[in-house]
Order: sequence, then structure tokens, then C-alpha cells
Amino acid sequence: MSLAGSTSAELAVKVSVRNLDFYYGGHHALKSVNLPLYAKKVTSFIGPSGCGKSTLLRVLNRMYDLYPGQRAEGEVLLDNENILDPAIDLNALRARVGMVFQKPTPFPMSIYENVAFGVKLYETLPRGELDARVEEALRGAALWDEVKDKLQASGLGLSGGQQQRLCIARSVAVRPDIILFDEPCSALDPISTAKVEELIEELESQYTIAIVTHNMQQAVRVSDYTAFMYLGELIEFGKTDDVFNTPKEKRTLDYITGRFG
Amino acid sequence: MSLYDSRRRTNTLATGLAWGAALFGLSWLLLILGSLAYEGLRGLSPSVFTQTTPPPGSVGGLMNAIAGSLVMTVIGVALGAPLGLLAGTYLAEYGRYTKLATVVRFINDILLSAPSIVIGLFVYEVMVRPMGHFSAISGALALGLLVVPVVLRTTEDMLLLVPSSMREAASALGAPRAMVIGQIAYRAARAGLVTGVLLAIARVSGETAPLLFTALNNQFWSSDLNAPMASLPVVIFQFALSPYKDWQQLAWTGALLITVTVLTLSIIARAFSAGRRN
Repeated sequence: MSLAGSTSAELAVKVSVRNLDFYYGGHHALKSVNLPLYAKKVTSFIGPSGCGKSTLLRVLNRMYDLYPGQRAEGEVLLDNENILDPAIDLNALRARVGMVFQKPTPFPMSIYENVAFGVKLYETLPRGELDARVEEALRGAALWDEVKDKLQASGLGLSGGQQQRLCIARSVAVRPDIILFDEPCSALDPISTAKVEELIEELESQYTIAIVTHNMQQAVRVSDYTAFMYLGELIEFGKTDDVFNTPKEKRTLDYITGRFG
Repeated sequence: MSLYDSRRRTNTLATGLAWGAALFGLSWLLLILGSLAYEGLRGLSPSVFTQTTPPPGSVGGLMNAIAGSLVMTVIGVALGAPLGLLAGTYLAEYGRYTKLATVVRFINDILLSAPSIVIGLFVYEVMVRPMGHFSAISGALALGLLVVPVVLRTTEDMLLLVPSSMREAASALGAPRAMVIGQIAYRAARAGLVTGVLLAIARVSGETAPLLFTALNNQFWSSDLNAPMASLPVVIFQFALSPYKDWQQLAWTGALLITVTVLTLSIIARAFSAGRRN
């Protein structure tokens, strides 16, 4: 792996992945990955299917813990605390590290309840403050104007793009430090995609963001840093401009020019 | 063209056979329902609901049997449904990948297809014999044992239909396991869970065999759970086999009542699961 970008040392590191190995049962899916996520920057993970980029994302909030037979070795430091420590409170961790999924996953409840659900888990707010928080989150997700008159309608009745922005609002409402996006636009049309991308750029001022994407133009558009992964290894990490314009590794060049993958 | 023609002929033949088989099956169903309605409606009068089962030759109704069926079904479902719901939740959520779940699922499948008379005999051995007499509560217990596997199976199936992305999304907000299940998975599967319980009620409300060994029957009004209690299926069984015309008439009417009840429950269950899809 080669590190591009000499200014990286001056940035605040929010998450530091160190010698991370990941196993699905006997399958070695991540091989000794080392990677920083800089605070209030967008980092994109690119690479062909099966390269481990989603796996890496799911380590960052320990989503893999929901399933047996999956295990991670190494260290992932979030604000200098190792989140792979078995003693860590998983629910508290996940409240700090939000996640938006490939397919929109609205809960079978009203739009309001969808956003309030996560908030109510950790805070007991008076009605007025909760209302304000829901509005703030929906505004933050650029959805408020479209849903303000039907907050009590089911979240399932929204369009795909609106549902995805609802899911972003839901993550934002709990005020996490980090938001993980797992191919958030792969089920959306171009207009909704543009809205979500715009949103990610706005969220950057407040949150540390990691995004997995198959769309290289998207990585260029939204991210400051890019990690290229291949067969479970981190091949190249650096500033997005550097990785796409002057890649150091031949495999990176081959991938971004569409020669394989 | 000849290949096409022969395919068309095969198609016509197969479609015709399918129609024939469907009509053949349906005609028997209609015949059964028709004769049941014809015979049952003749005896339907207010006295059916206001008078208890009569001695041969006098006027009476089915009040005690209807009430007994209601009481034992309600208690049976109240005992069995929560157990089935919780066990189904274990299989689909907490124990999804464990060996124990495989064993429980296998045993439940056996229980699901076990003849209900075996359940009756079991409760007879463990409850009726030690107590020394037949009782409504043992009847309710037998019905409850029949409810468990039905509710368990539908609960597990319905929870498995909830996409794991929904659970992941709730977990990703920091929701503990119990909240993910109670507030998200249950809510997503609600229509299916209700359907399962309704189907279980429909299943046990027509059961005769387990009640013969447990609650037996009672010619008189009784609300004592510790005493034998009448029920529609057992009264039908007894009256239909009797040589008395008025008893036979009451049996027809009772059979009609059960059928209408089960049919109504099934339709409600259908409407529930259809509403879920829309």
C-alpha cells in the first residue's frame, strides 16, 4: 500500500484502522488493512465486487456482530478507543456511528416515528424538543419541504429517493459522529442520486463520512479521500484527486480506467 | 407447424384436466357446505342460543356447548399463543443460527402433524388421571397444546420474511436486540402474526378428539373449570350418533355454527394478510 498526500499528517484522525483482518468463517475477507478516516472529511471505498469494501464499512459499527461466524482481528481506534474490544457497548457505539444502507429501509411506521425512533432510544425529550429535532433532521436531509404536511403518513409510502433521505434523516437525528454509507445510491434514479450526493457534501461539515460506491464518478464527486481495495487488501489510499489522476499502483490505474473489475 | 399444433393439443388437454380436477374437488366442497346449510338452517332458532342441551324428546339448544367451546378455546389460545409467539421469536431471532433451534423446529414439526387424539391422550394421562376426573381446564390445556405449534410455525415464518436489512437499520441506530424485535420486526410482521393466531383459533375450535379425553361433556350449564364441560364438537359427535331426530337436528345446527365461525376467521385472516401486501 502506498500513501499519497503529504498533508495527511496535519489532519485530525477520527478513526484509525490498524492491521485489520476479517474472517467470514474460514474465508479471509480483509487482509491486514491500515487506513485512517479523517474528521469531517468524506472517504470513499472503491473496488470490484467482493473486494471487502462493504466488509470494512461493517466493521466500523461492528454490524458484523449480528451474525455468527464473522470475526475481526486487529485494532479499529475511534477517538483512540478500540471498538473491537469485546467489552465495548455495541449499542452505544452504533449510536455514534450511523449507517445508511444500499436499499432504503424505512421502518413500518410514520415518517415522524421513523426519525424519532433512534432519538427516543437514548434521550427522553419533551414533545416540543422532539418535534424540533425531527424537523432539524428532516431539514438536514433535505426532505422537510416534501413531507412537512404528512409527517403522520407511513414512511413506506414515500418514493425510493425520499425513503433514502428519510433513512439519512434518521441517522442524523441521533447526532452521530460518523455516518457510513453503503452504496446509498445504487437503488436510486439519477435525480435522487444527485440529491443524496449533494446531501453528503453538506453533511461533511458536521460528520466524518465513509461511503462505499461502485460508481467512480460518484467517488470523485463526493469524496476527499479514496481507498482502493482489491481482493481483501487495501491497494492504495490517498486524496481522491491523486488516486484518480496520478495513481501510484498499476492495479488502481487498471481499475479506474475500466480495464478490469 | 406440427410441433406447434401438438403443443397446443397438449396444452388444451392439460388445461382441461386441471379444470376438471378443480371442478371435481370443488363440487364435493359445495355439496358438503350445501347439505350442511340446508340441514343446519332448519334447526336454527333463538332457543339454540338460549337453552341447554336437552334430554331426548324435549326441546333444547346448544347454549352450554357454545359457551363451553368459547371458554375452552379462549383459555387454550391464551395459554398456547404467547408460548408459540415467544418460541417462534426465539427460532427466528435469537436462536436463528443455533443447533437448539434446529431441534426445536424439528420437534415442533412433529407436534404440528401429530394426530390431535394423541394430544388428548397425553393430557388425559398427565392431568385427568391424577386429578381423578374430567375437567374443562384439562380440555383447555389440550387445545393450548394444539395452538402452540401452529402459532410457533407462523410466527417464525412471518419474522423470517422481515428483511434482515430492516433489523440492521434498527441496530445501526443503536437499538438493543429486544427493541429491534419488539418495535421493528413485530411491527413489520404484525399482520402475519395476527393471521397465525386466527388460524390457530380456527384449527382448535373444531377439535373433538382432544376434548373427548379431557373435558368430556356436560348435559347441563357449567362454568366450573374443574368440572366436565360441554363443547360444540363433542356434542355434535354425541348427538349425531344418537338415534333421536331432535338430537341429530341440533348436531347439524352445531356443525353449521362451527363451520361459519371457522370460515369467518379464515376470511378475516385472509383479509389481514392481503392488507399486508398492499
